[in-house]
Amino acid sequence: MQEFVEFTLGGISDGVIYAAIGLSLVLIWRGTRVLNYAQGGMAMFTSYIALVIIDAGGSYWLGFVVALATGLVLGAVLERAVVRPTIGKPPLNAVIVTIGLLILIEGVAGIIFGSRNRSFPTPFSIVGAKIGTFDLGPGASPSAFFAAGAVLAAAVLLALLFRYTSVGLRMRASAFSGTVAQLMGVRVGRITTLGWALAGLIGALAGMLVTPQTFLYPNSMDSIFVLGFTAAVIGGLDSPVGAIVGGLILGVLLNYVTGYVGSNLPELAGLALLILVLMFRPSGLFASTATRQV
Amino acid sequence: MTQARNIGIAVVAAVLLLVLSSKLDSYRQYQLAQVAAMVIAVAGLTVLIGVSGQISIGHGAFMFVGGYTTAMLLMHLNWNLALVIVASAVVAGVAGAIMGIAAARLRGPYLAGATLMLAVALPAVAYQWQSVFGGDQGLNFVVNAPGFLGQNFQLTEWQAWVCCICAVIVMLLLANVLHSRVGRNWRALRDNDTAASLAGLNVGVLRVRAFIVSAACAGVAGALLGMTMLNVTPGAFTLALSIQLLTAVVLGGLGSLAGAVWGGIILVLVPPFLTDFAASHGLSSASASVPVVGYGLVLIVVMLAFPTGIQGAIRRLLGPVEPAAAAQVSAMARRWPLLRKPAAKPATTDGTDDISSIGVDEGRN
Amino acid sequence: MNRSHRLGVVLTGAAAAMSLVVAACGGNSGSSSGALQASAPGVTTKTITIGSHQPLTGIAAPGYDEIAPASNAYFQYVNAHGGVFGRKIVYKYLNDQYNSSITTTVVRQLILQDHVFAIFNGLGTPTHLAVAGFINSEKVPDLFVASGCACWNNVSTYPETSGWQINYIREGKILGTYIASHFKGKKVAFFYQDDEFGLDGVKGLDYEIPASQIVAREPYNVAAANPAAEVGTLTAALKASKAQVVVAFAVPAFMALLRLSELSLSYSPTLVSSDVGSDPITLSGLLNSFAKKTGNFGAQLIQGIITDSYLPSLGSNDSWIQLFTKIHNTYIPKLPMDGNVLYGMSVAYTFVQALLKAGRNPTRQSLLAAVNAGLPQGVSVAPYAYSSTDHDGITGAYMAEVENGVLVPLGPVQVTDNTATGAVTTYSTTQPPAPTSGIP
Repeated sequence: MQEFVEFTLGGISDGVIYAAIGLSLVLIWRGTRVLNYAQGGMAMFTSYIALVIIDAGGSYWLGFVVALATGLVLGAVLERAVVRPTIGKPPLNAVIVTIGLLILIEGVAGIIFGSRNRSFPTPFSIVGAKIGTFDLGPGASPSAFFAAGAVLAAAVLLALLFRYTSVGLRMRASAFSGTVAQLMGVRVGRITTLGWALAGLIGALAGMLVTPQTFLYPNSMDSIFVLGFTAAVIGGLDSPVGAIVGGLILGVLLNYVTGYVGSNLPELAGLALLILVLMFRPSGLFASTATRQV
Repeated sequence: MTQARNIGIAVVAAVLLLVLSSKLDSYRQYQLAQVAAMVIAVAGLTVLIGVSGQISIGHGAFMFVGGYTTAMLLMHLNWNLALVIVASAVVAGVAGAIMGIAAARLRGPYLAGATLMLAVALPAVAYQWQSVFGGDQGLNFVVNAPGFLGQNFQLTEWQAWVCCICAVIVMLLLANVLHSRVGRNWRALRDNDTAASLAGLNVGVLRVRAFIVSAACAGVAGALLGMTMLNVTPGAFTLALSIQLLTAVVLGGLGSLAGAVWGGIILVLVPPFLTDFAASHGLSSASASVPVVGYGLVLIVVMLAFPTGIQGAIRRLLGPVEPAAAAQVSAMARRWPLLRKPAAKPATTDGTDDISSIGVDEGRN
Repeated sequence: MNRSHRLGVVLTGAAAAMSLVVAACGGNSGSSSGALQASAPGVTTKTITIGSHQPLTGIAAPGYDEIAPASNAYFQYVNAHGGVFGRKIVYKYLNDQYNSSITTTVVRQLILQDHVFAIFNGLGTPTHLAVAGFINSEKVPDLFVASGCACWNNVSTYPETSGWQINYIREGKILGTYIASHFKGKKVAFFYQDDEFGLDGVKGLDYEIPASQIVAREPYNVAAANPAAEVGTLTAALKASKAQVVVAFAVPAFMALLRLSELSLSYSPTLVSSDVGSDPITLSGLLNSFAKKTGNFGAQLIQGIITDSYLPSLGSNDSWIQLFTKIHNTYIPKLPMDGNVLYGMSVAYTFVQALLKAGRNPTRQSLLAAVNAGLPQGVSVAPYAYSSTDHDGITGAYMAEVENGVLVPLGPVQVTDNTATGAVTTYSTTQPPAPTSGIP
């Protein structure tokens, strides 16, 4: 029983990270219909920036804030410089460009920061909480609660942004129909940049939260990105709620499979879950568009 | 006539490659074999992506299937090499069929996500059933040049021959398929699948067929790669390989078989070139990262400057006349007889053909 | 004694001394003095070029990426002090990212394009297994593989290949003997990499630890998508088995994750580790963000880990450590002076031993013959097993404990073999000191 609780809580705290990556992918997809394969790389890079500050003597929170700010700026810059020219061209070009960005960012990080694994701090303890002698496991540590809280807060703030602010309204409009929105006076270009900036911020947050466990090196976010992408696809690329639900389900499922079946099988289980969901709902669990019959 | 022309090109290419391989040193022969194998994989993928309009970031998984099939057949059953390669194509094709059926209703990023997870998950099979698949160290096996070539025939030259011949055969087959009805139907599917469905094409079957063909190509490539390396390991078929295949397809030129050749060359020859470049310029500590930066820059710059890839850029340089278009027109003329000049009718009129109506019909098309 | 007898003694002594000098100069190949020739691929009159494949980036890189630069530092030292018979050693090591398919390509490049004299210290069990067959078929010496797999000791299949470090079965037996005597009756669990490395280690452990004591076996997949989640789950299983001693055959990154998971689960068994994953400096580097800030951060989290070692302890400051520290400070001051650097220099020293024995104009055959004839014990604490029928390297190790970031010996050097029944015995011959010139 204790193992079950430990696996479940641990799975939730892993899933929260996948959800965060998924959320940033959804944000970009809704706004620009581009899938940002470089999202993980950006998160890795901002974590390195944080580490530079922390190593130079700054506090963790200073590094945290700078990382998030860098994510914001990086997202905006990349959108403007590299992704904007691909809009209107075949979508495959945007795919290759973002893959190229990923490879470039990883290479640059390797040159600037070196490729050795670096230890990365957490602000809170990783010791799991107990109820009496019943150990809830690492998923119930202060660090895990912080991660879950941060991602939840980010999701709620995004939801509030979309629903109650005029900026949010403009973002929803340009995602729904860019041409119409432009005709209504929405500066679609700026809105797109803002979307990428916000996604960069959330990605940076995910990076800060997960890097203590992966250690920091240029490819540290690669696998996490794949799992985040899977979470977003399971939930539906148009649905932020879907990304969160998808992330949680994926995290818990992978933990159960590793714990009860075998350590070689979680990825296969993830594939099976993905195929299963997509066979019945080809646009994800929370897809709003009607599925095609063709 | 296209058929004959293609066969002619194939024969010439085969002869040239055989001559080339005999002039190269052992290491370059090994690289030639690798280029040929990758060209096959890239060609199959470019058919899937460029011609049938689907996407896959998971074709490394089908290469994995082909490679391991080859290893196990050679190790346990000791079949003839040609038979083994065909068997690998078949098994990989079956895997492609399964994936294609599961993913038949998926579009765009959903299909990308499914194939991405396939690339990550399938090699885990090698770890789980270690006694069969050999786990992390994979399967080692032996390939020998056939006896009739002599005792001291360089193994690397034989490997280069096998890979080049297979590449030529596969390209010929693919060219035929692309010019056939199936190829045209794929293009219709790619351009507008709703319209294609309304026109009576079975979209699901077509999509699965494209997966089968491209997976079979990947299977052959995996088999050949394993044969040149004399082993197959999960590390040879990682997600990075699938991503590299995708980038090679687009860099070379989407939907173009000639572009696949460029893609294969880039994949095999550029990374070691960049590594050597970095090392020889004293950047040894960063030498592992410099090729990475170089590859990323190449991808971004080429995509922004040459959206149609290398082959597209070459076509533009060579002028506006596209032989492919002319071939398509004559292909259409064969398919829809109304466009052809009618056979001599019983002479009720003055015997001249009614050319103007033909012209109008062609114009409408 | 009378004058003629004394003269006889002197003459005999002189003759003996001269023959020793001639023998030392002549070496194994029989040619005494004379011009240097380009006697083999990779050997010119001025240089000897050797090659290797190493994980300079990737999951196995933490720590291991220091080994080749350290070996190179020792070679540069030798080059600066006359080289090997006047030739400089050129060490070309290529990055394979611990990925067997890249290993296959770089080794072909080294042998077919760069024509190296020998492959030296190829790192990794799965990676080297992918190329051992090819190297042997090309008849290139494949010396001192950086892996403790028992598979390198296979003279019939891989005549060119030999190991160097203590192999994992022997290591398992030595660790297991210690556990069986010091932790009688306690519950023991295994945490190991799911390949030859871990499986060989567990084999050795099973030979020595009574089966009744073993309560869990948790293999991990080094290529998992989320290693932290994987190790977390496995550690929870270890905890559920109530094991009081955990024996780990894991690479440093996974050792660090194991420690972190134990911390988060409030689980503190005695941790016994293979030498492969226990270098204190590497581990504390990976863990330093998690320990309280008290100067030597990560040292707190690795205090008390029990392990084995087959090289002199870095804290002992004996003649070998002094020699290597001097070389480190001159050639690679930016790298930490840790177990990986010690390893790299030690195996390079052994290679120079073999190279000197191969003669003035070495050939690939003479190099192999030098190893087959056996090498004298040098920097290792136990003798080598090299012979024409045995290609295993170091045969023993001593138990040690990590205290304040340094390995402190717990007992004498013990030697053993690879079999289920071979005893683990104490080896009491003192290790020879380092040569004053630093060159064998």
